[in-house]
Amino acid sequence: MSRVRVLVGTRKGAFLLSADGKRGQWDINGPHFAGWEIYHVKGSPADPNRLYASQSSGWFGQTMQRSNDGGKTWETVGNKFVYDGVPGTHQWYDGTPHPWEFKRVWHLEPSLTDPDTVYAGVEDAALFRTTDGGQTWQELSGLRGHGSGPHWQPGAGGMCLHTILLDPSVPGRIFIAISAAGAFRTDDAGATWKPINRGLHSQQIPNPTAEVGHCVHRLAMHRSRPGVLFMQKHWDVMRSDNAGESWQEVSGNLPTDFGFVIDVHAHEPETIYVVPIKSDSEHFPLDGKLRVYRSRSGGNEWEALTKGLPQSNCYVNVLRDAMAVDSMDPCGIYFGTTGGQVYASSDAGDNWQPIARDLPPVLSVEVQTLS
Amino acid sequence: MIRVTLPPHLRTLAKVGWEVELEVEGQATQRSVLDALEARYPMLAGTIRDHVTQQRRPFLRFFACEEDLSHEPPDALLPEAVASGKEPLLIIGAIAGG
Repeated sequence: MSRVRVLVGTRKGAFLLSADGKRGQWDINGPHFAGWEIYHVKGSPADPNRLYASQSSGWFGQTMQRSNDGGKTWETVGNKFVYDGVPGTHQWYDGTPHPWEFKRVWHLEPSLTDPDTVYAGVEDAALFRTTDGGQTWQELSGLRGHGSGPHWQPGAGGMCLHTILLDPSVPGRIFIAISAAGAFRTDDAGATWKPINRGLHSQQIPNPTAEVGHCVHRLAMHRSRPGVLFMQKHWDVMRSDNAGESWQEVSGNLPTDFGFVIDVHAHEPETIYVVPIKSDSEHFPLDGKLRVYRSRSGGNEWEALTKGLPQSNCYVNVLRDAMAVDSMDPCGIYFGTTGGQVYASSDAGDNWQPIARDLPPVLSVEVQTLS
Repeated sequence: MIRVTLPPHLRTLAKVGWEVELEVEGQATQRSVLDALEARYPMLAGTIRDHVTQQRRPFLRFFACEEDLSHEPPDALLPEAVASGKEPLLIIGAIAGG
């Protein structure tokens, strides 16, 4: 029988939650790296025992961890993230030039085929890659070197590269997203990049339809149909049917279209999930009710999923990297909150249960389906 | 032999106890001691001083012999008591935040 392992990054350590295929009884293992911020933990699709973790601290900066045995033991690997060439400047919050400074790794995306190759999205926004299992990291500087780089600005959480999607069918195609620069695509394995933000509309920026400057919170795709992308933007849920060349809003009947997470059902490419958040100034669910919204039509028509989720006095947030799906049947959906809860549904969202209640604030959730 | 005391999180990271002992080539300075520390414990590289600028991280301070050495030049000689191993070089993390 298959098993499921949920990798949870929190403000004060990492936790590994595991269950059998029924996903009813959960074992919690951790904290790993107690006291450190764990922005992201992710396993290699090519070797599920190979895990990578981004470990950081306001005191000690960035360190990186690797496990070769599914998280039983860890070893420290390379933490030297040096921008290629002269870093230059981006815009600061007040519009003045600000030097590019490495702060932390937000997101790790292991290669689909090679356990030693991993992409890292960092703050200040840039994309790095290792091909030696994390010992050394090199910047794919064509992204930061895109002509628009000096105009990028940080979002409230920092100027982070938070989403990396590897196209499983088009070699060399990678999608990334940056707050608050927008989405970008490369078709040559990172050498050159183009902004893919046509159709986005952001009233908070001087030119609401600018080529860059949009606060994209998250992108998602289904492996079987990588040309279709879904986006949770600062405001608006968006969809692209042409690999990001253009976007259409699919917020439809959502009660609010602000939010951070978005994900796609493992077996139904038109079934997507978001967690609406009240607003950019009130980062908690509307009316104190924690509701996941599901669309079975790729957007526009949404239904609230509430069974097992708190429906009163709930004022947590769900951060951008804190939702994931397993590949069991029926599909499991998972998300973590800033209140330290991790919720899971083993029936595609119809029913939910907390599988961890009192962790530190959750920064990221990933899932591995293990045979 | 130079003695160095690390903050708790760095002890965990390096899998060492309260204090480490280092052989330092040449004169004992902040730079030579940190070079020796990072050579012996590579996982500490970048955690005490920035990889690129080699500047001390802002939430860390260096103390020895009841003196704050944090703002001494990196190539200034450490006190004789540190160089001789009588006193440790203390690397201290700021008391700040949760």
